[in-house]
Amino acid sequence: MTMIDREAIERLGDNMAAQEVAGRSPWADARRRFLRNKAAVAGLIVLMLVLAFGLFGQHLAAWNNEDLDFNVMGMVAEKGQPSIESGHYFGTDELGRDLFARTVQGTRVSLLVGIVGAAIAVVVGTLYGAISGFAGGRTDQIMMRAVDILMSIPYMFVLILLLVMFGRSMWLLFLGIGLISWLDMARIVRGQTLTLKNREYIEAARATGVPGWRIILRHIVPNLLGVVAVYATLLIPLMILTESFMSFLGLGVQEPLTSWGALISEGAKTMNYGTLWQLAFPLFFFVITLFAFFFVGDGLRDALDPKDR
Amino acid sequence: MTDPLTNGTSAPLLDVRDLRVTFDIRRDGDMPWTPSRHLRAVNGVDFTIHPGETLGIVGESGCGKSTLARALIGLVPATGRAIWQDGTDLLSLNPRQMLRYRSDIQMVFQDPLASLNPRMTVGQIIAEPLTTHRKGLSRDEVKLRVKQMMDRVGLLPNQINRYPHEFSGGQCQRIGIARALIVEPKLIICDEPVSALDVSIQAQVINLLDDLQRDLGLALIFIAHDLSVVKHISDRVMVLYLGKIMELETADEVYANPQHPYTQALLSAVPVPDPARERAKRIIPLEGDLPSPLAPPSGCVFRTRCPRAQALCAEKVPVLTGGHGEHAHRFACHFPGPLTAAEIEARRGVAA
Repeated sequence: MTMIDREAIERLGDNMAAQEVAGRSPWADARRRFLRNKAAVAGLIVLMLVLAFGLFGQHLAAWNNEDLDFNVMGMVAEKGQPSIESGHYFGTDELGRDLFARTVQGTRVSLLVGIVGAAIAVVVGTLYGAISGFAGGRTDQIMMRAVDILMSIPYMFVLILLLVMFGRSMWLLFLGIGLISWLDMARIVRGQTLTLKNREYIEAARATGVPGWRIILRHIVPNLLGVVAVYATLLIPLMILTESFMSFLGLGVQEPLTSWGALISEGAKTMNYGTLWQLAFPLFFFVITLFAFFFVGDGLRDALDPKDR
Repeated sequence: MTDPLTNGTSAPLLDVRDLRVTFDIRRDGDMPWTPSRHLRAVNGVDFTIHPGETLGIVGESGCGKSTLARALIGLVPATGRAIWQDGTDLLSLNPRQMLRYRSDIQMVFQDPLASLNPRMTVGQIIAEPLTTHRKGLSRDEVKLRVKQMMDRVGLLPNQINRYPHEFSGGQCQRIGIARALIVEPKLIICDEPVSALDVSIQAQVINLLDDLQRDLGLALIFIAHDLSVVKHISDRVMVLYLGKIMELETADEVYANPQHPYTQALLSAVPVPDPARERAKRIIPLEGDLPSPLAPPSGCVFRTRCPRAQALCAEKVPVLTGGHGEHAHRFACHFPGPLTAAEIEARRGVAA
């Protein structure tokens, strides 16, 4: 029997005590719970694929999205159907343009609209709501009444007027969507801030004299992010829907640019001429993306707020 | 009347005079022009605290203990005066001026876990007062001091990157104490620091506070509703009822020789860990609940529940009297003195 080397054990103990133990943050916990949720992970994978399709799809396309296929022109119903050998994987649209390339382009625009709109909502809405809730009193009253007033304006009507008056442009659409998207977020965040504001750790920070902006950024916003993340994932499809609706009305993005809404609108017009693929392909991407976002949002909610169920 | 301070041995760290906290209450559905009602949570409290001293504050729920603490630290607006050692009135300062004094007065909170931000690591939490008040420190220096402080309060310094939810209640309270101590304060206000902990852990935390106080010469304001805890740690004890001081005296005296009927009733309700004595003990029953602080009783606020209340108690507000000086036994009662067995029995008959 060999004696246990006392010195070595002590050294081991000292080493272990000297090494800093990594903490398991609430975010890591949430990630683990999210990854256990199969529907949410499936949704996330679908989103990744759609994103990859939007980013790299043009390299797979045999045709440019602006070129007309003169062989097909005028005989779209007979010759424009989806086929591998002609290079039109998704068929062609009414003018003979390759629908695959068009769908790639539409995916990009739609996702961009969704993400930019949601990003404006997250940044502006979170800060506005957190400041309003934390400041309280008269500041809160004024800031929230401003939100109420903006909310009472029928934004769809205003957006349509804007697009009609200043002409259709993607930037105006971004602006219009961004302007309205943060209102709900600001309200939700303000409500959450009010509940957080009286927590003891906020009081501890105030008692120590931590400045207000730092309390908002270091204590309130990180504790809000769960709600914000969930709401943002539900907001992106809402933004995409809004844009699609505008495009469906013919007020959205302008040719040669396109979006899912515009493609669906065109496809719906030609439904009766036997060119159903013009509707089916854009609609397929639209639907799976919305579903995926909703599943991811649900998964995030469950992962970040395990007590909520 | 001579100033109680002049008889004191040293200058007080904090001299509080006529501290009042009033909340304006508006009911739902009140019209904007309806005058709001005043809730006097703390209603004229005077006391002093000296360096290195522990002042215990006891009283029922809703008697204004926590509000008093929050007023001293500037979390709720208060009137009156709170003169710091250097002669500054803390209650008259604006937030910017107050910042200088915030590192001298720190607070330990009731719920250990709730007082720590769940999204920050222990290191960040403890360092926050330091980074707020000592802006010149380098990152390494801050980390070093945090580790030293963790060691001091009995936490392993290698746990610096862990999150609050990975610690037990007692450990969380140690983190809270470390956060309060890191800026080397002169006064720590402990708002029921152990009432959320198990009894065995309570003893550890209280002994830790005791040790730290002895080593660092801290003054403590220790708020609790557990009288045995307060007895153990306090030099002097202040008994609050409806925002007013009922009795203020040294801890030994308050337990051996309580004068105010309310103090006697509180003390009689302390459980004794001995079944035979517990059964033989005579509890002085207090009828009903604490009266609403929105409409406190006239005269002595305790008279509605006092076994000894008489007509005079409803007419005249008793002032805090009974000797001067730092360690004087002071109480606010027209008819002080131990309750007789007959008085207690009569009260029991009413309560039953």
